[in-house]
Amino acid sequence: MAKKQIIPHKTPMPEQPPEQRIHNYNEVPYGYTAKQAMAEARRCLECAKPKCIAGCPVGINIPGFLKLVAEGDFRGAVNLIKETNALPAITGRVCPQESQCEEACILCKKFEPVAIGRLERFVADWEAEQGPLPVPALPPPTGKKVAVVGSGPAGLTVAADLARLGHHVTIFEALHEAGGVLVYGIPEFRLPKAIVRREVDYVCSLGVKLVKDFVVGASATVDELLAEFDAVFLGSGAGLPWFLNIPGENLSGVYSANEYLTRANLMKAYRFPEYDTPIARGRRVITIGGGNVAMDASRTALRLGAGESVLVYRRSRQEMPARIEEIHHAEEEGVQFKLLASPVAIHGNGQGQVEALECLQNELGEPDASGRRRPVPVQGSNFYLPADVVIIAIGQSPSPLIPKSTPDLETGKGGVVTVAAETMKTSKKGVFAGGDVATGGATVILAMGQGKIAARAINQYLKTGEW
Amino acid sequence: MYQILEKEVLSETVKLMVVKAPQVACKAQAGQFVMVRIDEFGERIPLTIADYDQEAETITLIFQEVGKTTIQMGTLEVGDELITVMGPLGHPTPIENYGTVVCIGGGVGIAPIFPIARALKEAGNYVISIIGARTANLLFWIDRMESVSDELILCTDDCSRGRGGLVIEPLKELLATRANNLARIWAIGPAVMMKFVSLTTKPYQVPTIVSLNTVMVDGTGMCGGCRVVLDDGAQFACVDGPEFDGHKVDWDILLSRLQFYKEQEREALAHWLELQAQQEQACALVEVPA
Repeated sequence: MAKKQIIPHKTPMPEQPPEQRIHNYNEVPYGYTAKQAMAEARRCLECAKPKCIAGCPVGINIPGFLKLVAEGDFRGAVNLIKETNALPAITGRVCPQESQCEEACILCKKFEPVAIGRLERFVADWEAEQGPLPVPALPPPTGKKVAVVGSGPAGLTVAADLARLGHHVTIFEALHEAGGVLVYGIPEFRLPKAIVRREVDYVCSLGVKLVKDFVVGASATVDELLAEFDAVFLGSGAGLPWFLNIPGENLSGVYSANEYLTRANLMKAYRFPEYDTPIARGRRVITIGGGNVAMDASRTALRLGAGESVLVYRRSRQEMPARIEEIHHAEEEGVQFKLLASPVAIHGNGQGQVEALECLQNELGEPDASGRRRPVPVQGSNFYLPADVVIIAIGQSPSPLIPKSTPDLETGKGGVVTVAAETMKTSKKGVFAGGDVATGGATVILAMGQGKIAARAINQYLKTGEW
Repeated sequence: MYQILEKEVLSETVKLMVVKAPQVACKAQAGQFVMVRIDEFGERIPLTIADYDQEAETITLIFQEVGKTTIQMGTLEVGDELITVMGPLGHPTPIENYGTVVCIGGGVGIAPIFPIARALKEAGNYVISIIGARTANLLFWIDRMESVSDELILCTDDCSRGRGGLVIEPLKELLATRANNLARIWAIGPAVMMKFVSLTTKPYQVPTIVSLNTVMVDGTGMCGGCRVVLDDGAQFACVDGPEFDGHKVDWDILLSRLQFYKEQEREALAHWLELQAQQEQACALVEVPA
C-alpha cells in the first residue's frame, strides 16, 4: 500500500460567528457535512497498535468507526459506537477529547490529532436525521430489577447497558426532566436539549422505565428501594453548591452557578416571560471560578444581555481547569478574564442588593497538592469590581439527602459515596454508585465510564448473588 | 401528571385543591412541602402540604393568589392536571407534648398551621391558636382550627371579624400574662408577620418556630436560592428547613431576597393577562357568527 499522505490539521468545523451567537442560544458549532466528515476520517493512519481506544473512558472502537466513516458507511459507524456508548451525540459535544482519545492519537506527536469528537458527533447527528432511532434487539428478560437513582450521564449509561442485558431497569429522577446536569447545567448553546431528549428517548426505547419528580432520600429511601429491587445504582450527581464563605454572599443578586444555570437552562429563563421563571439580567455580571461551569455561566450572562461579563479566577490562565475550547469560545464572545484575583467580600447597596466584589491580587507560589501553583494573596492589594450579579462557580459536592437517609452508606471527604474502583460497589450490599456522587464534580464521560464499570458489576451480582 | 380531584374556594384569594400524587401522599407529614409546576412554561414553586390521605393517594394544597403562577393555578378546575408535584420535601414538624403551645396562622398561613395544631393537640398539648387576616372574607377554617384548639383567637386588620388589629396584639397579651407557661410558639404567614412575632417573643425567650417560604427552584438542596441566614451561618430552607428558630433568622436579608424578583413577577403577570385577553378576544370572534 502506498504511504498515506499526512494532512497536518483537523478539518475545521464551521461555527456561528461570536458577534452573532451572543444574541442567541443556538449551538455554537454547526457540525461537519458528510464530505467534511469523510475527509477528516481519512486522516486516520490506521495504526497497527491504536492508542486512542485506551484514551476513551468507555472504550469506543475508534479506529473501527473512523474507517466506516471514511468509507461513507455512517450507519455502520454509529452502530459500532453504540455498542459501547449509548449517548454519542452528547459525548461528541461535551467530552474533553483533547485530554482523552485525541491526546492518545499518534498524529498528536507532530500534527493535530484526528477530530474524533467531531466525527462522533457527526455520525450521531446523521442517525437522528434519518428518523426515529432503531432499537437494538433485546435478550429475553432475566426477571431481575434494578433501580437507578438519577438520569444524568452515569444513570443513563447504567440503565442502557443493563437493559441490553435483559434486566428490568427503573430510573428515578428528582426533577421534571431527565438528563441531570445535561439539562440543568450545560447550556443550550453547547448541548441542545432536543439532543438530550433524543438520547433519553433512546434509553427508554430499550424498555427502561423513567419515574420523574421522585426524590430518593425523600419520596423513598435507598432501603425502601432495596425492598423492591435486586440492586440499586446511585448516580445522583454532585448537586450541593459550594460557597466562598465571605461576607455578603447572601445578598440578592448572588447566585450559585447551579441556580443560575438551572434557571437559564432547565427552566428556560432566557425565554422569560414566555416561560415563567425569572433570572436577574445584570448589566455587570461577575462569575467566580475557572472551570467549565464558570465558562458556561459567564457565556450565559452575555446571552442574557449583560454589557460586561467578567470571570474572576484565583490562579493564572495556565491553571484554569476548563477545556481550552470553552475558554477560547468565552474569550471570543467577549468574556473578560480577571486572573490572579481572590474574592474577599461582596458589598451591597444598602438595600440588600449586590453592588461590588472586593478582591485581593494574588501571586503564584509553589505547586500545591493538585500540582498547580498555589495562589498567594498580596496583603493590602484590595481592589473593587462593580457588579449587579455575582455567580459563584467554584464547585459542588454530592447532595447529602441520600447519605443522610442511608445510615450504613459510607462516605468520604466532601461527602462523596465511597466505592470500589473496579466494581463501583458501595459499603452497602446491593448498592452501587458512580459519576459525580462518587467522584465529586467531574466530567460527563468519566461518569459514563463509571456507569459502564458498574453495569458490568451489577450484572455479575445479579447473576451470582455474590457480593 | 397529577390530577386535581377537588377544588374549594376558601376566601377571596385562597384556594384549596386535592391532588392525586401517590408518591408524595405515602410519605407526607405535617410541616413538609412539595414543588409544583403548572404547565410546560411554568416555574417551580414550593407549596406546603396542608393535608394528605395515604389511602386515597392524595395531598391537599392551599395557595394564595399573589402572582402569575398562583393566579393561573386558581383558574384550574377539577379534572385538570398539574405537570409537576414533587416531594415530600423538608423536615416534618417535630411533634411532642411540650405543654402549652401557641399556633399563629396569618392569611394563607392558616392552612399549614392547621395540621401542626392538630398534631400538637393529638400529642396532648394545650393549644392556643391565633389566626388573622386583613378582613373577614380572608379568614377560613375557623371551625377546623376551633376543633383542634383549646383557645382560639381571631383577628382582622379591619375589625370585620374577631378582634381588630394584628395577630401580634393578642400574642403580646399572652406573653405579658402567661409567658412562663408557654412552651413553644409556631408562626406561619407572611414573612413580615413572622418577623414581628419573632421580635415580640424574643425578650421572653419563648422558643419560636417559623416556616419559611423562600425563593426556590429545585427544592432538593441544589440551587441554594433558598438561603436563609441564621446567627450561625446560612442554611438552605429546602433541606435544612422549612422550619427555623425565628430568633436566629436574619429577617432583613430574608425580606430582601423575597423582593428580588418583584419587577419580573409583575412582568410575568402582565404578560399572562395579556395572553388571556387575546385568547378571550379570539374566542369571542369565533363565537359571534354561531
